Amino acid sequence: MVELSHDSRPIIGRGPPLTAYFLALAASSIGLMVADQRYHQIDQVRAWLSAVVHPVQRAVDFPFRATHWVTSSFADRGRLRQQNLELTARLRLANLQLQRFAALEEENLRLRDMRAKTVGIAEKVLVATILNVDLDPFRHRVLLDKGAVDGVFRGQAVLDGEGIFGQVTKVNAATSEVILITDVEHAIPVQSNRSGVRTIAVGTGDLNKLSLPFVTVESDLESGDLLLSSGMGGVFPAGYPVAQVTKVKRSGSTFATVEARPTAGLDRARDVLLVWFTPPPPSEPATAVAPDGTVDGKPAATSPAASTTPGAGPASRPAATPAAPGATPASRPAATPAAPGATPASRPAPTPAAPARTAEPAPAGGE
Amino acid sequence: MRQQSTFVRRLLYWTSMAAGLVLAIVPLPTWLDPVRPDLALLAMIYFILTSPRIAGLGYAWLSGLFLDVLRGMVLGQHALGFLLVGYVTHKLQLRMRMFPILQQAAIVLLLLAVYHFVIFWIDGLTGHGYTAWIRWLPVLSGALLWPLVVAVGDSLTRRSS
Repeated sequence: MVELSHDSRPIIGRGPPLTAYFLALAASSIGLMVADQRYHQIDQVRAWLSAVVHPVQRAVDFPFRATHWVTSSFADRGRLRQQNLELTARLRLANLQLQRFAALEEENLRLRDMRAKTVGIAEKVLVATILNVDLDPFRHRVLLDKGAVDGVFRGQAVLDGEGIFGQVTKVNAATSEVILITDVEHAIPVQSNRSGVRTIAVGTGDLNKLSLPFVTVESDLESGDLLLSSGMGGVFPAGYPVAQVTKVKRSGSTFATVEARPTAGLDRARDVLLVWFTPPPPSEPATAVAPDGTVDGKPAATSPAASTTPGAGPASRPAATPAAPGATPASRPAATPAAPGATPASRPAPTPAAPARTAEPAPAGGE
Repeated sequence: MRQQSTFVRRLLYWTSMAAGLVLAIVPLPTWLDPVRPDLALLAMIYFILTSPRIAGLGYAWLSGLFLDVLRGMVLGQHALGFLLVGYVTHKLQLRMRMFPILQQAAIVLLLLAVYHFVIFWIDGLTGHGYTAWIRWLPVLSGALLWPLVVAVGDSLTRRSS
């Protein structure tokens, strides 16, 4: 390699002046970054470039897909039988629960005198497959094989069979990028299924851990509690499992250290569900549910959130919670809304702009 | 030993850059993922050293841009990194070609550090700051891989007799 070939640039007449060329290109990349980050004006450019690289991503994904296809088409009879038996058993169980669920939902609607519009249950789902390509190792993002042509939109909720998976951040023509709930830039409003305590679960960058930084020491959260999506902000449908509390440490003066483990198979899932649902109306005068509304201090999202409190939670608990801050006026009412206020501020708008802005303030709030 | 025609060189350059970009998104086991060397960047440095007329800054910038799109980063981030490394390599290439392989690897280590610093810095500016030391591992793995890159590159660019 070390030889002066005819390729070596001649001393005189080196072609375009290197430094000028460098400066021009550097300026254009800085311009691109600013345009992309600040003004979102070059989404069209990105869409074109994505279309160019799409075959590459497909090609990288192909061997994995092919292996999966081969192993599944040549699966032996015994294994299929076994699987079939298991699935039948699970379906029977699920159907049984569903019967109860239908009755409970009916009862719940009656008890709460709720309008259909506040239910936020998945109306339409689309199965998408995760492409086997690695994005940045330090961000929890995955690429799905469904895009704008399938009707995917920015901010769409993504679930898997076991819980909430993430939300769509970028939509290309035939693919879309999803931020997982464990990404450090992601935060999701949750509610304890047992006690009805509402808070925010923030990603930690660890696939098996969510952190709940805004839980006060006197909050009624225990290890083992199931956290459901609260439906606040309208990005995620309400009442789907998000995580299970694994650790509650009440050592600090104001906030407890709470960790939770996501229920969704973030590192295992192959197929996920893109969900369409009618989000609760973003702004409605918070008249009906004043106590709950004041607790979490998010006027924009109060009423839907309060009314979508999962039915399992005892009706009395949420009402009991406001009593606690009343007793200790120091921290909770002020601290809770103030800190996460940055995070969900963008959530009430279920518009396409929501996820991008959601993504940004989280670290600030988390620190 | 004669050099290949410019056309073949050019083809080889584009192919290896494309291969490097593809290898940047090929799934690796989680423990190996942070160590993934920037093969496209190493290929670019190699070609700037061996055939600087072919491996211009425009291609460097474009490859970086494609990497941005492939990995879903803010457009221009890797493009700027590739461009900066390409520029410095162009400036140093007459000297670097004379260096023994270990000294070259040391320079490559510095170039990779500059590249990752640019990426890190822009990550910070765009609010994606990830500050763990683990993110600097590709600098080391890339520099360690440099002799191999040179060996493979030399065997490819040399016309087989």
